[in-house]
Amino acid sequence: MIEFRNVTKMLGGRAVLDGVSFHVEQGETFVIVGSSGVGKSVTLKHMVRLFRPDEGEVLVDGESISRATGSRLEKMREQFGYLFQGGALLAWLTVAENVALPLREKTALSNDEILKRVRETLKLVGLENDGHKHPSEISGGMQKRAGLARAIVRQARIVLYDEPTSGLDPVTSRAIDALIEGMRRELGVTSVVVTHDLHSALSIGARIAMLHGGKMIECAAPEDFVRSSRPEVRAFLESQFITKRGAWERIIQ
Amino acid sequence: MNLRAVGKAALLLALAAAGIRFIYRKRCRIEVYASMYVYGIKSLGVITVVAVFTGMILALNTGIAMRDFHQEAHIGTAVMVSMLREMGPFMTGLILAACVGSAMAAQLGTMVVSEEIAALEIMSIDPIRFLVMPRLMAMCVMTPLLSFYTCIMGVIGGGIVGKQLLDVPWDIYFDNALRWAKNKDLFVGMFKAFLFGVIITTVSCYEGFATTHGAVGVGAATRKAVIICFLAILITGLLVTGLFYY
Ligand SMILES: Nc1ncnc2c1ncn2[C@@H]1O[C@H](COP(=O)(O)OP(=O)(O)O)[C@@H](O)[C@H]1O
Ligand SMILES: [Mg+2]
Repeated sequence: MIEFRNVTKMLGGRAVLDGVSFHVEQGETFVIVGSSGVGKSVTLKHMVRLFRPDEGEVLVDGESISRATGSRLEKMREQFGYLFQGGALLAWLTVAENVALPLREKTALSNDEILKRVRETLKLVGLENDGHKHPSEISGGMQKRAGLARAIVRQARIVLYDEPTSGLDPVTSRAIDALIEGMRRELGVTSVVVTHDLHSALSIGARIAMLHGGKMIECAAPEDFVRSSRPEVRAFLESQFITKRGAWERIIQ
Repeated sequence: MNLRAVGKAALLLALAAAGIRFIYRKRCRIEVYASMYVYGIKSLGVITVVAVFTGMILALNTGIAMRDFHQEAHIGTAVMVSMLREMGPFMTGLILAACVGSAMAAQLGTMVVSEEIAALEIMSIDPIRFLVMPRLMAMCVMTPLLSFYTCIMGVIGGGIVGKQLLDVPWDIYFDNALRWAKNKDLFVGMFKAFLFGVIITTVSCYEGFATTHGAVGVGAATRKAVIICFLAILITGLLVTGLFYY
């Protein structure tokens, strides 16, 4: 589905990604973890060609998106929904107009249908009463959820989430996890989730990958990820008290 | 601004102009009207003040000089011709560069920094068509109109000074002003203003899009946009005057 082949990317004079290779299977939820500034967002941006690799290639369905241009690139990007780390809502539109934007600009749906879809999607993320507000009038967590609504409103095949639960309360975070899992189960959506939240990583991830020093140092199913002997992985797990016996089994179920 | 940047800005302008073909869409037109209101109508206040004062200063200066030869009744002509040819478009251009150009650069720069532009790209919404085209259309229409308005207000301002300080009656003042107003001056002035509108939009949007380094970068982009607009307006003004009157 999505494949990284030896991707190297230099930013600010250092290799943020240094020969990273992995692939995301169709219909799977792939989780990327790692400390701040390690290149998780950069990795996601390569998948939609907001960045192009200096070396290597990014393939989507076997076709190189790093080399695609013009209408071909547009076609390939249309399969993606993308939740930005900061929400990236247009400031002069209301929440509902932001969510409606991809439908208005890129589909031939009638106005009534668009409004209906927007209402349903806002309900999914718990913003049904805030559609008329502007992004500056809602909290950071709500902006994130509005961004999430915009990312999924077109029912894309692949959705990329950049820290969907950071800045959210635990209850809402679990609801977002359930939303991502539900879309996978019911619509077969492929998801790539960047997160610091070990609880979501373990409960929704089919595989969890850890970035460190420009390399992907671990990539395993949750059961194996929690048993990894890599010191960076251990530190990450211990920081969120997942090493206690029985704690992680309950989350993964 | 090096040659490469000039090339890129020209490309931006070409793409935005090509985007005008989407004007048949209702949503597009609404964006254009909204931009006209924000960048044109909302600038009326400051433009009125500057225009009236420009006219008053012109009238006073020429009036004092001409009074020595008892020709102060002709200040109407002087004010009208200089407003139409130079001061109208020039003042409008400078004001719009300062208020509108800076606003555009800051807004687009902020959108780059907060990844809103990237979000548009991923949604396959062309930022140039979506953001630059309506601004370009609005400025191409509004700058000449505002320039015309500046001329009228300047002439009125000159009339006030003539009446109050130089004892030139209204009817003589306006009679002189209108008798020597040529269509050519009007059209060259409006053409200049049109070019200024294009320059302000292109430069400001280009600098906004080229923003890097967060909030500091937005400040830098805004400052750079205004400076380049000022310079480009001065140079273009000189070139157009040379082209039509030399
Ligand atoms: N547009 C850019 N220009 C230069 N450096 C960048 C850019 N985007 C990200 N970086 C750098 O790449 C590194 C990884 O950033 P990022 O992927 O955003 O981290 P995170 O893993 O926290 O999401 C950081 O050191 C950042 O400074
Ligand atoms: Mg990030």
